[in-house]
Amino acid sequence: MITTVSRKSFWDRLKSSNLIIHLILLILSIMALVPFLMLISASFSSEIAIGKYGYTLFPQQFSMEAYDYLFRDFGQILNSYLITLIVSLGGSSVGLLIMSLLAFSLSRKDFRFRKPLSFYVFFTMLFNGGLVPWYILITQYLHLKNTMFALILPYLVIPWFVLLLRTYFAGLPTELFEAARIDGASEWRLFFQIVLPLSTPALATVGLFSLLQYWNDWWLALLFIDDRKLFPLQYLLYTIQSNIDAISQNPEMNSGVIIPTQGVRMAMAVLAIGPIIFAFLFVQRYFVRGITLGGIKE
Amino acid sequence: MQQPLVEKVQQQQHQVSITRSARFRRMWAKNGSLFLMALPGLLLLFVFSYLPMFGIIIAFKDYRAAQGLFDSAWVGLKNFEFLFGTQDAWRVTFNTLFLNSLFIVTSTTGAIFLALMLNEVRERSKIMTNFYQSALLLPHFISYVIVGYFVFAFLNTDNGLVNHTLAGFGVEQISWYSSPQYWPTILTSVNLWKHVGFNSIIYLSGILAINPEYFEAAKIDGASKWKQITRITIPLIFPLVIITTLLAIGRIFYADFGLFYQVTRDNGLLYPTTDVLDTYVYRALRVNGDVGMSAAAGLYQALIGFILVVGANWIVRRVDSDKALF
Repeated sequence: MITTVSRKSFWDRLKSSNLIIHLILLILSIMALVPFLMLISASFSSEIAIGKYGYTLFPQQFSMEAYDYLFRDFGQILNSYLITLIVSLGGSSVGLLIMSLLAFSLSRKDFRFRKPLSFYVFFTMLFNGGLVPWYILITQYLHLKNTMFALILPYLVIPWFVLLLRTYFAGLPTELFEAARIDGASEWRLFFQIVLPLSTPALATVGLFSLLQYWNDWWLALLFIDDRKLFPLQYLLYTIQSNIDAISQNPEMNSGVIIPTQGVRMAMAVLAIGPIIFAFLFVQRYFVRGITLGGIKE
Repeated sequence: MQQPLVEKVQQQQHQVSITRSARFRRMWAKNGSLFLMALPGLLLLFVFSYLPMFGIIIAFKDYRAAQGLFDSAWVGLKNFEFLFGTQDAWRVTFNTLFLNSLFIVTSTTGAIFLALMLNEVRERSKIMTNFYQSALLLPHFISYVIVGYFVFAFLNTDNGLVNHTLAGFGVEQISWYSSPQYWPTILTSVNLWKHVGFNSIIYLSGILAINPEYFEAAKIDGASKWKQITRITIPLIFPLVIITTLLAIGRIFYADFGLFYQVTRDNGLLYPTTDVLDTYVYRALRVNGDVGMSAAAGLYQALIGFILVVGANWIVRRVDSDKALF
């Protein structure tokens, strides 16, 4: 009798402390993080250790040789880093400005063209001409091949982000606008001095999304960039990996191409992820709120 | 006062034009700056989204770069005949639909479970909840190139973690990158790993929006935690689940190019189970240089995709008009 009572209370305590749920969530979180751990571990392993033990969760023989190598022969990766930095910062800041201006005018109930222009913007989410006409336009008619514009312009206005910003702006108290207008403020002043300062969560979220879109992009480079001097970071990582694949499939192709060792490749990947994690931690507090903003209707 | 008719008409016209221009000026004074604000974005969309729509005609032409878009010869539906004359079109359509369906089912179910669990622990352990959310969200922000590196670290034949572990147990090693039969599972897992945390936030916010009085009333009536979940939480987030699922179905004809291109490393041996519409269109354009057929496949995708998304939205509007896309 006593044992059943105590056992029951043990189970009750277990249930009320949510221990099992914590355990499951902890395991899932670790699973989410394990690949990162393996990557970092491989970047700090000696090449011999990777060959001998394979990829492991912790370095079997700690070594800095990959990073030493990277910092000695920094040319290409530094160049790609710079390209990615310019494209990401330039693209996301200009894009954020253009998108918030657009979203602001579409959020205004008293804007006469709000309905047709909203349709104009959001129709592009439903239908598109497909890859081929877009590719031919950019290469044959706009002549953007092998320019930095090809890496920036296509992602400047993303309708989904415009939608997010518009929803947020539409939720701002209109009394503020009225008051400012009575004081004689123009729409531009209203936008820059009232709307923007009040919209930090939305701007931070969209800014981060846009920054990540540029930072992580290799697709535009895959289509439009042949010039090594313009390779962004992610595309550089991709070409290294695909060269290795090509060589391992036809070994006779290997004529003097220097292949970075596995450790070096992983170290490069670590350098590519680093800033993302940093940016992520930085704006994370705005984030959950920002993601759920996308209530879509007007 | 008798005025000649002509003069009268002229005068009226003059007045009309005055009021018209005055009205325009007034309209512009009210809307002009808002319109100018919208203009840069509108122009960019015109160039990068609307101009390509006119380029759809390429699908009906024998495109030659030297002749350009307008002077290439019309060939009617030839490109489509070629496309659907091959086994490829059906294979990539099947793969796209099949894998995307797997993704929708797994990531929706996973995200709901995750949201329910996070909701249970969130009040009493804020720090841990924050940690779980961050950890699970992080994969969403990593490029598919890096994800390709991750998967390679797990699966490469010589020193990947999986084969090393298998060898440790004395099991024969598997050459993953040449065994297409495993890839639906692998891609589904990768997709789940990458997106489940992000999707769970959407459901968690749905749960948080439930009026807490329901739970308090249930508690007073002595309902267990489990009862509260099955009788309150799940029924109340169900409309949200339906809507996100329908919107995902609206996108089912579009595959995540990065997942299928980078994670499989565009390996030809894996095409039987991993080649999808997006990779097919890309390859036809860039690798095989078959512009007409690539455009035809692209148009096929865009049209069916459009029908699906409009249809899905139509149903969403029936369920909950606030959540409809348009």
